[in-house]
Amino acid sequence: MAEAWLDLMQILASTLRLSAPLIFCAMAGLFSERAGVVDIGLEGKLLMGAFAAAAAASATGSPWLGLFAAIAAGMALALVHAFACVTHRGDQIVSGVAINILASGLTVVLGIAMFSQGGQTPPLSRPERFGDITLPFTETFADIPYFGPFYAELLSGQNLLVYLAILAVPITGFVLFSTTFGLRLRAVGEAPEAVDSAGYSVAWLRYRAVLIAGLLCGIGGAYLSIAHGGGFVREMSAGRGYIALAALIFGKWKPVPTLFACLLFGVLESTASRLSGVDLPVIGEIPVEVILVAPYVLTVILLAGFFGRAIPPRALSIPYVKER
Amino acid sequence: MTTPLPRWADLLVIPLLNLLLAFLVAGLVVALIGENPWRALTVMLQGAFVYPGSLGYTLYYATNFIFTGLAVAVAFQARLFNIGGEGQAAIGGLGVALVCLALDPYLPVVLVIPLAILAAAIFGAGWAFLPGLLQATRGSHVVITTIMFNFIAAGLLVALLTGALMRPGQSTPQTRNLDALLPKVHEILRAVGIDAAPSPLNVSIVIALLACVGVWLLVWRTPFGFRVRTLGESEPAARYAGVAVPRTVIVVMCISGALAGLMAINEVIGAQGKLVLNYTAGYGFTGIAVALMGRSHPVGIVLASLLFGALYQGGTELSFEFDTIDREMVLVIQGLIILFSGALAFMLERPLARLLTPRARLAHG
Repeated sequence: MAEAWLDLMQILASTLRLSAPLIFCAMAGLFSERAGVVDIGLEGKLLMGAFAAAAAASATGSPWLGLFAAIAAGMALALVHAFACVTHRGDQIVSGVAINILASGLTVVLGIAMFSQGGQTPPLSRPERFGDITLPFTETFADIPYFGPFYAELLSGQNLLVYLAILAVPITGFVLFSTTFGLRLRAVGEAPEAVDSAGYSVAWLRYRAVLIAGLLCGIGGAYLSIAHGGGFVREMSAGRGYIALAALIFGKWKPVPTLFACLLFGVLESTASRLSGVDLPVIGEIPVEVILVAPYVLTVILLAGFFGRAIPPRALSIPYVKER
Repeated sequence: MTTPLPRWADLLVIPLLNLLLAFLVAGLVVALIGENPWRALTVMLQGAFVYPGSLGYTLYYATNFIFTGLAVAVAFQARLFNIGGEGQAAIGGLGVALVCLALDPYLPVVLVIPLAILAAAIFGAGWAFLPGLLQATRGSHVVITTIMFNFIAAGLLVALLTGALMRPGQSTPQTRNLDALLPKVHEILRAVGIDAAPSPLNVSIVIALLACVGVWLLVWRTPFGFRVRTLGESEPAARYAGVAVPRTVIVVMCISGALAGLMAINEVIGAQGKLVLNYTAGYGFTGIAVALMGRSHPVGIVLASLLFGALYQGGTELSFEFDTIDREMVLVIQGLIILFSGALAFMLERPLARLLTPRARLAHG
């Protein structure tokens, strides 16, 4: 029993670690889409953030500078998105596609130019990364049944950005649902004309929402390359931005349900790697791919309205044109 | 989409200016890396057109882009955004491979090839059918569902190519070599006595050009095409005029998927002779750039496909010529082109319109 409990704690811990980048990106998407700007470009910003973090950490030796570089990179791409979609009222989906393609090209081109390692950054050493933090009393609690492993495996021993990811959810919830800024931001995604007639700038609100999304994606990218991983590799975001988008829809554009969707998709990813090659009773061997595509299948089923209904913010993807 | 610009400016000046902007920014990136942008451009152009066989490669890439570009463009006409070209092409490839694997030991090649082409279109259409159906009947946004379907297709192909379809006795994720191959253009040319450098260019390009004509006829010369364009202009107007909107959406998505699926013939039974993992290599996404540049018109799409074919082929030359520049530079240019000609489409339009339209007419009009 204790054995199984330890196992469970380890699975949950790995779920948490795999969910962290999804949580950052999904919260990013939450800000942007609640303000009425579709964000297909989560993937690109995540990838760019990952590259910037690893490149800066490798060049300066400091994970903190890496984190800042990632945030700057994420926000720079977000600025492009806002400039196209808000200022010039361009198609938000086209802009997102452009950002994703741009990021997957730029990261490799700049990576080769800077490090000549085929698009990778050099492997990062321990002090260049955000290491695992062992919380106090881990030793003391170690002998307590159930709580000990829970504390040691799940609560303690994660890196800083995992804790930040968990924190990002209540912060997002607070900002969006308990502040005037959040109220206006949500209003701009539902009825921009009302916000406009109340005398607030629709464009400036949307700019801020998109930039916050860039910031969060940047942190998610830093998590991938300098916290969870030890360096940048080509296409290391591997579709996580899209899974986060799926989680956002799955969570119906609400912070806590979105968090659970991220955790669900994280569980799927961690079981996929655990189940690869394992012969299960009755079902036999499940191909890893089947588990890996589950988030996408589930999202399509949800979108089809077969369980629940995902209703997006009313003004989502519609550029705001002030009436004259 | 109405534009205040004269037609010639909309069709010629705007795409050229967007292209120029994209190249300027890409040039800045090259300069930032510490190489000479002008030399990089020269290398690309030589690599795309001058070296022996390079023209064949350029046209071979262009063939892919005509198919995926048409796919995006047809959907655009009904104001649907099919991002799923990548997945539909992958499934189209599966159709081609299945037909060839099942039939080529028994039937003559001349019979297998038409069936394989048909399978490419049907499988591609099938993969677009569900997103179309969900859009039409459930209102699930086709952009999101096609993205999801891209990943599902990728997962499916990994499972099949590392499992049931994997070449026996091998561990690479690909099928056995297929027998029913489309003739290569350089072989045909040699047969009639013209010496041509070998390249993967095959008769798919003829099918691609026929598809262009077909799309033009369908969209601009048939009642169905008229309904599609009406739907693209205004859904309420289309509904009021009696267009069966759900059915039109589904059929347009299927046609779009079929075109994307046809890309498979150029790769699977054209260039490579087998179905390999990730053979679509982002060409489905390039279709978006091609459709945007080509203003969703078959003629524009052929021109834009040539441009992107040249970029891809020239980009390969970049990585041979420079240590510091990789062919991923092409992705940067592609992203910039989508940004300028798609997302920032209105940026140039208004200033240009002000420049071109006499003040008096604006004031009175």
